[in-house]
Formats: sequence, C-alpha cells, structure tokens
Amino acid sequence: MKRVTLALSLALAAGLTAQAADAQTLKTVKDRGVLSCGVSQGLPGFSSPDDKGNWTGLDVDVCRAIAAAIFDDPTKVKYVPTSAKDRFTALQSGEIDVLSRNTTWTISRDTSLGANFTGVTYYDGQGFMVKKSLKVNSALELNSASVCVQTGTTTEQNLADYFKANNMKYEVIAFGTNDETVKAYEAGRCDVFTTDQSGLYANRLKLANPNEHMVLPEIISKEPLGPMVRHGDDQWFDIVKWTLFAMVTAEELGVTSKNVDEKAKLENPELKRVLGTDGNYGEQLGLTKDWVIRMVKAVGNYGEVFDRNVGAGSPLGINRGLNNLWNKGGLQFAPPIR
Amino acid sequence: MSTEARKPPVQIALKVRRVLGGKAGWNGVAVQFAFAAILGWIGYEIVSNARANLENQHIAAGFGFLRNNAGFDVNQTLISYTGSDTFLRVFVVGLLNTLVVSVVGIVFATVIGFIVALCRLSPNWLLSRVGEIYVEIIRNLPVLFQILFWYLAVLAALPNPRQSISLLGIVFISNRGLVIPRPIGESGFEPFLAALAVGIVGALALRIYARRALFQRGQMIRIWPYVLGLLFGLPLVTMLVFGLPFTFELPQLKGFNFAGGSRIIPEFVALTVALSTYTAAFIAEIVRAGILSVHKGQMEAGSSLGLSRGATLRLIVVPQAMRVIVPPLTNQYLNLTKNSSLAVAIGYPDLVSVFAGTSLSQTGQAIEIIAMTMGVYLLISLVTSAVMSVYGWRVSRSLGA
Repeated sequence: MKRVTLALSLALAAGLTAQAADAQTLKTVKDRGVLSCGVSQGLPGFSSPDDKGNWTGLDVDVCRAIAAAIFDDPTKVKYVPTSAKDRFTALQSGEIDVLSRNTTWTISRDTSLGANFTGVTYYDGQGFMVKKSLKVNSALELNSASVCVQTGTTTEQNLADYFKANNMKYEVIAFGTNDETVKAYEAGRCDVFTTDQSGLYANRLKLANPNEHMVLPEIISKEPLGPMVRHGDDQWFDIVKWTLFAMVTAEELGVTSKNVDEKAKLENPELKRVLGTDGNYGEQLGLTKDWVIRMVKAVGNYGEVFDRNVGAGSPLGINRGLNNLWNKGGLQFAPPIR
Repeated sequence: MSTEARKPPVQIALKVRRVLGGKAGWNGVAVQFAFAAILGWIGYEIVSNARANLENQHIAAGFGFLRNNAGFDVNQTLISYTGSDTFLRVFVVGLLNTLVVSVVGIVFATVIGFIVALCRLSPNWLLSRVGEIYVEIIRNLPVLFQILFWYLAVLAALPNPRQSISLLGIVFISNRGLVIPRPIGESGFEPFLAALAVGIVGALALRIYARRALFQRGQMIRIWPYVLGLLFGLPLVTMLVFGLPFTFELPQLKGFNFAGGSRIIPEFVALTVALSTYTAAFIAEIVRAGILSVHKGQMEAGSSLGLSRGATLRLIVVPQAMRVIVPPLTNQYLNLTKNSSLAVAIGYPDLVSVFAGTSLSQTGQAIEIIAMTMGVYLLISLVTSAVMSVYGWRVSRSLGA
C-alpha cells in the first residue's frame, strides 16, 4: 500500500496529471474506450468482486451507468480497487476517472483534496457492531472498549469526537484495509468494530457466525456517500452528476429496465424530455440523446439498483429509509431534467 | 643548520581539474558541470510541473497543515497525545513508535543472530542442525507473512481480558496485550536515581581501572564484589534512608479493559518478534561468515594456551571477525528499520501508518507527507550507518589494522 501511494505521489509530482489538467476527461475516456473507475477492495453490496472477478454493487452500478451512457455498453469499465488511504491520490493522479467507493462527502474533501462530490448515492451514518455475548445495548456503555477501525476514514475522526463528547475512554486500533480490520475484530483484538452502518451490515455477512454479532442502535454521524471527480473538468463533473440524477428521475417516473422502451413511445412530455425523444439534453452533456435509455436499460433506475445490491432483493436486506425518494419519505431528490 | 623544505606553490586550478575532471582533464570538468546542470534542470521541471498541476486542480499545498488539529487517536503514544493535538505531533508520535520498534528489534535481532550463528558453528550436531533449519526456514519466507503469522498466532492463542492469564494477580496477559504494574515516583525517587547513577559511573570507572591494570602491569584485579556493592548496595542504602523510591499501581479489570498499570500492545510484540527473528536469520549468516573468515589457527592457538572454546571466541576470534561483520550488519539494521513500515498491516501505529497513512488521507497532501516520511527514513538510515561506521573504524583501529 505504501508503495502504491508512493508511486502515485511520484506520478503526481512528475506531472502525469497533465492530461487531467487539460479538462478533457470525456475525450480521454472515449479514446481509451474504457472508463477507469475507482472502487473499494471488497465491500459486499457496494463494490465487491465475485469468484469470477465480476464486480457488483451499488457503487459499481454507478460506474456501469456512466459507461452505458458513454459507450452504450455497461461492461466497458476497468475497476481499480483502492484502499481508503490511497483512493484520493489515485483520483488526483489521474489513474481513475471517477471514484465510486462509499466515500463520505465532507467540506475538506471538496476543497483541499482537489476533487468534487457529484451527489449522494447512499445516505449513511456511522454505527458500532459488538459481539452479542458482551451484553451491551447502547454505544454509551462502551467506556474503556477497544475499537477496530479502518485507517484514513472519516470514521476515525467521528470516533474520537464521539468518545470525547461523551467523556468515555477507548483504545483505537487502525488497520490499512477493511478485511484486516474485520479479521482483527473477529480474532477478538477489539470489542467494537465501527464503520458506516451499511458497511457494518455488509461486513457482518463476512463473519463466521453473523448471528453472534449485533449492530448498536446509535448513529453517531452523517455519512452521505457519493462519487467523486477531479477539479477542473466541469463537463465530466456534469456527466457523473446527472447520471445519478437521471437514475433517480427514472425511478420517480416509474421507468424501469424492463419497461423503458414502451415508456419511450408514450406521449408524456416529461418522459419525452427525460428519455430524449424531445430536446437534446444528452447532447448538451457531450453524450447522445438516448443517454437515459441506455443507462436504465443497462443497470435500471435507482430503486432497482438499490434493491438488487443492498435492499430487499439482496442478502443485506437494508430498508430504503433515508434513501427512499423524496416523495416517499426519503432524501433522494433529483433536480428536474429540462 | 636546518633546511626548510620549500613549499610547492598552491595550484588551485590544477587541483580542481584533478578532483572534478579526473584523467579527462578540463574536458571532464565541462562534462561534470553539464551533467550537474541537466540534473538541476530535471529537478526544477519536476517541482514546477507538480506545483502547476496542484494549482490547476486547486489542491492545497505547503506545510501549513502540520499546525491543524489531527482529530483522530493513536493507541500507543510515548509522549502525551490526544485527538485535539496537531498533525506535527502525530508525526512525532509515529516517528517515536517507529524508532522504539526498530531499536528493540535491532537489539533482539543481534542477540538472536549471534546465538544462532554460534549454534551453526557448534561441533554439537543437534545444535548446528537446529541453527541451520532456523536460518533456512526464516529467511526464505516473506517478512510480511511472518508479521501476520505472529500477530494472528499471538491473538488466537490469547484469551479476552475478562479471562486473562494472571501471574500472581499483578501481571495480566490477554489479547489486549501485556499489562504490568506501573511504578509511580515517591519521595525517595530522586535520591534513588542519583545513587543508581553514581553506582553505574563508579562501576564503569572500576572496570576501566582494572583493564588498565591488566594491560599495563599484568595485574588481575577482582572487581565484581565492588561492582555489585555499587550497583545494588548503594541504592539499597538510600532506600533505607529516604524510604521507598516508588510504589506500584496495580492494573484492575474495569469494564472492557484494564485500568491502571502499563500496557504493551500485542501489535508491538508481534512486530518486534517477527522483525527480530527474520533479521536474526540474516545476521546469523553474516556472523558465521565473519567468524569463518578468521583463520582457524587462531582458534588452535587459543586452545593451546589453555583458553576454553568460549573464551577463545570471545577474546580472540570475535574481535577479529567484527571487521568483516560490521558493514553487512549495518545493512541488516537498515533493513529492519525500513521493514518496520510493514506495521500498517497489523495496525501498529508507526510513522507510515499514522502519518503517511491516516494523516495523508485526512489532509490529502500526498507530496508533502510522502516527502517528509521519506526524508525521515533516509535520516534514520544515515545516522545508523554513521554510528556503525564509527564503530567499525574503532574495531579496525583497536586491531591495529
């Protein structure tokens, strides 16, 4: 990991970013014929490879949707697994075009890292997981506990804030990757494992006996997770941003991967605008008129993606909750396509 | 009448030509300057290009971030540290953690390495085979796996704190680490320290005196009863006069963990054990080569004088072998220090983990942080080699070589 960071920093220093500074990410991607997408090193439901090396998950579907909009082919993605601490360097150095890796949107990341968040794919919050045998029912009972955490995350700082605010002592053990952290928790090195709550549910599936562990009810932070792009290329920023908005809009309008062709034939003005039979919004983005049709056909609308990867249709079985549409009690809201 | 040798005229130009140009003369000097200029130009291009790119992407640059609050905690700190301290303090905390694991590792690696080397050279068949197997297994496995092995093996074997192994109710071993009573200074602490210092200085002076007597007058002086008296008697007397120097704070199980006492975390143990056993395998081979490089006539001469095998090794063979041993031994010390950066895999908070890892991703200032980290490793390595060079020079000098 150290070597990767080192290599990337050197690349950054030696000016391999010249192409990035030219603000032509779309052209670069088209010339290359494949989208380079930074994902996690394996977090079930968000981005994880199966036994054949095919990546699936919510974050992966964002990459596939972008590839579908550009190439009309969701498979034209090169997945680059990044650790929590290497991810920003990989984006800055131009190794990846977009970082879609359960990353929390914060002001310092938006400013000093030289990157922009394009939206929120998943509204999350940090939680704690403990062994049931400890008989702990609240995070406030965790005084003097040992906590395993992945290094280089907002989690690490929230943890320090929370224990300080509640006047509790703790011991932190920080690991480089998610898997190392989970392994140490399972080996009993620490009493508590902390990360975003979605990540707790996902990682619980990796444990030998998931039923012996429970997620505590407290949510101690706001963790809006979303994709990131580099500063300095507004066109690319717009493409990634509106890919997500289009997925949410498709769900709002009831357009799914199965009925998208029929919906395109209807004489509904809003549908015609979104699906490109009227207006040229896709072309203004630098894509084609039917960009939303391509995308929805390939990966589905936001609701389908959510259900398939983390929701009712997946082993994680997470409720829509905050991630429901705005008109169904959630926070997912897309600006109008017009 | 004394004739003073006439000094040759100072020929600066000639000297410059010879130093810089070598055999090629002035042409060589020109080539050297051209080469230096090209290097300088490449360096300038790299720096200015990086700066321009960072500015283009609005990435913050400079070392101002070192004064910002870090906002995260570290589980082994040799100096006081809380989440509200600065990144600069994180840097120092990480550096100290790296240094402590390196120094402890080097000491253990040297001791184990010498023992294994002597085993391999031993005429005892079993001992030499054991030494050989140790070297062949340990040095042929990647060190990262050995670190993970020790960490997971240590963790798996140990119980949780509530069922910890207790020695006499004062020392506890669990998967939270080794907890021992912590000494707390009392009124008699300062006189005790002073007495101890006087004892150590006195013992050293005695030893120097005894050696001089041995080498200059051939007189053997038995000093160990006085040394014992100085080292133990003196502090004991001050304890009787001034009272106990310190009391012990006993660790107690409170909630999830032990409160009070000092704790050695399992990450530190696993890393030290892995690094020192791994490096010891290489040191053993270096020491063996060094000892074999001493002519076997020396060994025979020693035994014909009636010295035991151990005394011959200690007094005659090893001092001569050191000349051969020291330079490659330095390399191994440097390797151990640099390998300590693998600590991040098991969550030991060394410099790479807390500074080049956590701090880097919190601030995003990759170039500054990586440059600082590389600079520190370079400095540690240079200081280590300097110390070892001085030692090697002294060894050579004392042998009159």
